[in-house]
Parts: sequence; C-alpha cells; structure tokens
Amino acid sequence: MELQTTTSPHNNGPSSVSSVMLWVVMALIPGSAAYVWFFGWSLLVNICIAITIGLITEALILLWRRRPVKPFLSDGSAIVTALLLAMTIPPLAPWWITVIGIFFAIAVAKHLYGGIGYNPFNPAMIGYVMLLISFPREMTSWSGLLTLSDVSLNFKDSLIFIFTQQLPTDVTYDALTEATPLDTMKTHLGMGNTITEIRAQLGLDEETSQLLSVTPIFGAIGGKGWEWINGAFLFGGLILIYKKIISWHTPVAILLALGTISGMFYLFDAEHNASPLFHLFSGATFLGAFFIATDPVTAAATPRGRIVFGIGIGVLIYIIRTWGGYPDSVAFAVLIMNMVVPVIDHYFKPRVFGHRN
Amino acid sequence: MSRRLWKFNGGIHPPQYKTESTGHPIRQADIPARLILPLHQHIGEPAEPLVQAGDSVLKGQLIARANGYVSAAVHAPTSGTIAAIGQYPIPHPSGLSADCIIIDSDGEDRWGERLAIADFQDLSPSALRNLIREAGIVGLGGAGFPSYIKLNPGHDKVIKTLILNGVECEPYITCDDMLMRERAEQIIGGLLIARHALQAKECLIAIEDNKPEALAAVTLAAKEYSFIDVVAVPTLYPQGSEKQLIKVLTGKEVPSNGLSLQIGVVSLNVGTSAAIYKAIHFGEPLTSRIVTIAGNGVSNPRNLEALLGTPMADLIRQCNGQPEQLGRLIMGGPMMGFALHSTDLPIIKTTNCVLTYHREQLPVEKPALPCIRCGACMDACPVNLLPQQLYWFTRSDELDKAQDHDLFDCIECGCCSYVCPSNIPLVQYYRYAKGEIWIREREREKSEQARKRFEFRLERIDRRKSEHGARRKEKQAVTKNRDDKQAEIQAAMERAKQRRDEAVKNATQWQTDETTNKNGKSSPE
Repeated sequence: MELQTTTSPHNNGPSSVSSVMLWVVMALIPGSAAYVWFFGWSLLVNICIAITIGLITEALILLWRRRPVKPFLSDGSAIVTALLLAMTIPPLAPWWITVIGIFFAIAVAKHLYGGIGYNPFNPAMIGYVMLLISFPREMTSWSGLLTLSDVSLNFKDSLIFIFTQQLPTDVTYDALTEATPLDTMKTHLGMGNTITEIRAQLGLDEETSQLLSVTPIFGAIGGKGWEWINGAFLFGGLILIYKKIISWHTPVAILLALGTISGMFYLFDAEHNASPLFHLFSGATFLGAFFIATDPVTAAATPRGRIVFGIGIGVLIYIIRTWGGYPDSVAFAVLIMNMVVPVIDHYFKPRVFGHRN
Repeated sequence: MSRRLWKFNGGIHPPQYKTESTGHPIRQADIPARLILPLHQHIGEPAEPLVQAGDSVLKGQLIARANGYVSAAVHAPTSGTIAAIGQYPIPHPSGLSADCIIIDSDGEDRWGERLAIADFQDLSPSALRNLIREAGIVGLGGAGFPSYIKLNPGHDKVIKTLILNGVECEPYITCDDMLMRERAEQIIGGLLIARHALQAKECLIAIEDNKPEALAAVTLAAKEYSFIDVVAVPTLYPQGSEKQLIKVLTGKEVPSNGLSLQIGVVSLNVGTSAAIYKAIHFGEPLTSRIVTIAGNGVSNPRNLEALLGTPMADLIRQCNGQPEQLGRLIMGGPMMGFALHSTDLPIIKTTNCVLTYHREQLPVEKPALPCIRCGACMDACPVNLLPQQLYWFTRSDELDKAQDHDLFDCIECGCCSYVCPSNIPLVQYYRYAKGEIWIREREREKSEQARKRFEFRLERIDRRKSEHGARRKEKQAVTKNRDDKQAEIQAAMERAKQRRDEAVKNATQWQTDETTNKNGKSSPE
C-alpha cells in the first residue's frame, strides 16, 4: 500500500459545526421553558412550524443549488435560525406568519447570499424585520402573561388558534393580548407620565386629562415574566461562554453599553427615563446579547472588534427603544451593526506577535 | 519556581499520547547493515563529502565537511566502508532525492580518534564554538539550525538569558522527556558549556508540567548551580516553539522576521545541549540521536537511540511494527510533522519522532464545510493572526492582502486547523499562499529584469538611431560641401571653356582673317 502523503496537522480537534449548533440549541432550552411558562404552549407550536418549514426550505434550496443536502442540513444552522425566529414572533401569531418569516430567513437572507458562512445579515433577524414591516398588526399583538390572565389556552386550543384563528367560545382575542412592558413604558413616557405613575399603574392621558389604568405588567426590575425569561437566557448564554461556544466580548459589551447609556439618562432624570435594569431585563435584551448578536457568521470576528460591535448594538438598542418607532429594537440594532462588521474587523485587528502596535 | 510567567495568545490542548512511549527506558537501536547519510540534514548549505566509495571509515570520522558559515559537518555513525555517494531519497515532504553517503557497516562500531576536553573552562568561547561546529551539532528539536551559530552572538551583543527548551509540546513525542529523565547531567553539562560560550547571565530550563519525572530529574541535576532556574511551564501547544517559549519565560517578543539574539536571548533544545556535552567532554561528534517510535503502527512504542542514517523500517521493526502494514508515516509529531513516501528513509539529525499509522487505523478525514467565521482559529492562533481572513484572502486569490495580514508570520503550528469546526485545512491554504507569493515574486523579479533589459534595448536603439542621424547629417553636410565644390569646379571649367571658346573664336576669327588675308599664320594653341 502506498503511504498517504497528507500535510500537517495530521489530527483534528473534536469541534464541529453541528456540535456548536447543538450547544446553542441546548442553551436556548432554559429561556424557551421560561417563555412557555409565562406565555403558554403556542411558542412550541411556532417552534415546530419554524423548524419544519426551515428544514424543508433549506433542503429544497440545497437541491436547487446542487449542493450536498445531508452535511448542510445536519449542521444545525437552519434549526438555530428557526428557533431564534420563533422566539421573536408573538405567541399567538397565525401560522403563515411563521412560515413566511422562516422561508424568507432561509431562502433570501441565507441562501441568496451563498448559504451558511456567506450571509452578511443575521437570517433570523432579517426574517423578523421583514414580518414586522409587512405585518405590523400580527407582529405587535403579544399575548398577555398567563400569570396575570384569567384566560389561557391549552396546547390544543393554541394549535387550533394558530392554524384557524378560532378561539374557544368563552375567550376573546382582546382578553388574550396585551401590550408588552416595553411598549407600555414607551407609550406612557411618550404621553409625559412619570415612571412612578407608570409603575403605579396610573397614567394620565395628556389630551383627555383622564387617568388611565395600566395593567400590573411590571415586575421587580423589568417587565413581569420578561425578567425571568431574560434571566433564563442569561443562564443559557453563560453556559455557551463557559463551553467556549461564544466569546464573552459581544454580550458583555452589549449589556455594559446598554446599562451605561440607560444609566446615564436614568441618573439625569429618574422619573422620565426607564432604569438600566428595566432595559436589561425587558424585551429581547439577553436573547439578543447571547444568541443573536453572537451569530458567528454575521458578527465581528476580532476580540476588540467584537467589543466595538457589542457597544454599537447596546447603544442602538437604547436609541431605538427610546426615540425610535418600535418598542423593542434588538433586531434593528443587530442588523445595523452587521452592516458595519467589515469596517470594524478592518480597523480592530489584533496586534500580531512580534509586531509593534 | 515562583518565577513569573507570561502568556501568548491561544494555543490548544490536543490529546497527548505520550505515556505510550515513556514506559520503557531508552534503548540502543541495532546497528543497521547499511546507513544512508544525507549531506543535507540541517538548515543551510549541504556538507561537502571528503570520502570516496571504497574508503573504510571509523565511527566518528569526518566524512563530509561544513560548506560555508551556515552548514554542518557529517560524521560516520559507525565503522565500515563507504558503499556509494550519490542521489538517494531523503526524508523530505517533496519525496525527492539528494546527495547521500552510503556506509556499509562492519558491525564492530570501532571509534576513530576522539579529542576529549578535560575542562572546557580552559578554552575560549571561540575555541568551544569551533569544536561544536566540527562536531556537526545542529538543533535537535526539529529545526536543524547549526548550533555554533546560535552560540556566536557577536561582540556587541550581550546575552542575558540562555534557555534550554525541554517543553516538547507535540503529542506522541517523548525523546526529550526520556533524555531529561535519564541523562539530566549531560543536559546540565551542555548548558554549562553553552553558557560559557555565550557568557550568558541567567540560564532557564523550561519543562512542561506534564513531565513531572523529567522536572524532578533536571531540578536535581541543576541543584548545585544557583544561576540555573528549572521552570515548570503549564502544558500548552505550541509552547515549544522558540518565540512562544521566550514570551512565556521573559515576557519579551522576538521581533517579526528577527532573531532571539536581538532581545538578548538564546535558546537550545535539551537534546542539543546533551550533544554539546558529549562533543566536548568525550570528543564524540553527533552520530546518533534519540527517536520516539510511536503511533498505532507499532505495538511497542518507545524511544530508541539510533545511529543517524538508520532506515526507519529497521526501527519500526525493533518496536514490533510491520513497515509494510503502514498507511501513513510521519517524521515529527502529528501537528507539524510531515508525511514521508517510504519507510526506507533514514533517521537524520532532525528526526525526533517517527509516527506510524497502521493502514487500517488511519485518522478519519472529515470533509471540509464552509467557514462560519466563528473565530475559533483566531482564538487559537499563537501568533495572533486572523486565520479566517487569511483563508478568505487565499481563496479569493488576494494574496497581497494576505501578505498585508502578516501571512509570513504564520508558524504553521496547525492550531487553527485543529480547532476549526468546519474542518478546513487552513494551514494548507497558508502554505499554498506562501509558495504562490514566492513564485510570483520571483516571476515579478524576472519580468522586472526583462522590462529593464527591454528598456535598455530601446534606449540603445534610440541612442544608435540618434547617433546615426547625427552622423548622416554630418555626412550630408559634407556631401553638400562637395556639391558646392563641384559646382565651383564646374563653374571654373565653364569659365575656362568659355575663355577657350573665346580664344578659339578669336583664333578662328584671326585664321579667317588670315585666310581672308590669305597666307595667314596658324592660330596660337
């Protein structure tokens, strides 16, 4: 037998793309579980729809592009995209929202750019933003917290509602939905109410001079329920950092930047600016910091670059939440910073060994 | 031991596979029937043979001398007869042949003359360097750089630190480990000589903490010397790389493209140190080395002290392996070693390990997937490069950009390939890029030369043309003058003719008159 003349190194490490993706999926479990606890079974339905359609889309496009289907389908990246997208879609959104979103994410945001590794923008976030712009009504009606609500849907009811928009006879759609804490905070701050008033569930509508009652949606630090969900995502994220699946740079920079900038405004005027903790523990902050902004394909690649990338996201989250048109802004912040990644990577190269700065 | 240590970026912890070969003490390998000694076993110029086919040689006899400053001598590893001198396959990734001296051993292993130095302190650093040069000693860690050059920093350089490298960070390889365990006093002896040659202030011996026996043995041997510090460094590949080790021990970085001499540091492999000791104290030139025979191609992996020139197949058999059953044979470790084309190739000065893979137990080649830009390679790179950028640049043939991103600082340690979740053979890309840049540079030089030659030619043609033109003008001017003269002559002739005609006319007139006057005189001529 001829001796093989391969080149060094002659051994490979244990790491693989699918093991990276598997860890991300596992780290999403605590956050998803908290989500289901507070918002009901519909998230699981959305996840199932997203993964199924995501994998089908991926397979069909791979076939169409004449790429090997098995290695790419089994790398797990489509599943991660589907999971992330499903978590950003309101729990009671109709099925076709999820289907359109995941199809757009995989087909357009990922494969039209060349597939895994080549897409400049986070596919899940492109899918989400496309849905948000195209279907604003469906995408902004969030279901209320189960813990605050008299009505809830069991798994079967959720399934029926998502696919047919039929509710059980004793439940109304309005009873199920509720503005999110971020949305409420934004609306009421915009109306000139102070934080104390908003938190005391009292708001004054400036035009009508009437007291408005606000549902008790605020928790100890963030939105009720949302703070737990964010905490669970934080836990999952720490696992990823511990397992060296992601580096600490981006999430830490995002959280510090968001905390610092909101803290500055909060110190300046605590009655008209939400506290840093509220910003950190509401909306998709931790999901974004640990799972979305750390998507390797679309994030900055150098250590200092990752910090700059994270700071940019943190600051943009605050700016858009406070002065922008949407209550939450993680998707926009990430996508805007995705655009800047090549420049960041160019200017924040590490110093090479033996070179002067 | 409480010495402060520094860190370099990244590094990896591949599985060690070292205990497999440390179970047995070092054993003398059998003297082979035929030895193959390449003249080029080191960095620099090949040695120049001093013997001819048919000559009989004694063990330790100089058979090829160093050719120039950066070169190393070759000695007969055993007594016997020179069978041939010519081109034979050498252990090199190319699989090509090069000049070798073939010795048929007589089995007696008779030493020639040996010049032992009783006390090296009596000799000047320069005399010591010469002895080390004559002994053909080169770096035994794998690089093969002639050692006497390292010990010759020049008059103006002060060497603060002399480092002995006993890190041995590559998986499988244990030849330095076993040497340190069994012959620590030789290593210390060599260190004292090198220190004398360099006039170095402090001496450090670095050993990774996965070799507690070696650490203990060397610490014991170094106990009586206050200027020697035996340092246990945390296990991390590629810490054995000279620049990375110097950073860990001193915090200083060898400048890119520079030498450790520039920052006052010299480092030697522990094996080299022991070889220096033997050369000075016993007058024994470098004729053998310790080789780890490892991998799943041998059932009894161990370290052998083999004569240089011993065919690898012999050593594999001595470790209960079947050379003909191998599927892959690597000289060096799995991270940086290179695959060989044949088991008949000899052990040379730089062969620290012969890694064998049985043909039915070859490492699994995983297919490469697209890069997901995860940056694991960057986190692992000990030189702080951006491996994925280099990869993209190489793929898109933007080699100048790769060069701008310091491609040539890459030490090809393989960390990036090892950690890559997409199994991309990154180092292969960098090797390709480096080679391609060299080729293009050469071509550019060539075309530059051609361009210069062409321009010179144009200039020459131009010059000739203008010279030509000038000369023609001159000539034309001359010609014009000639025409004038001719005109003058013509005019003169015309005038003369006219005069004659006039005269003739007059004469005729006169004759006519004469005729008319009858009896006239002839016209004057």
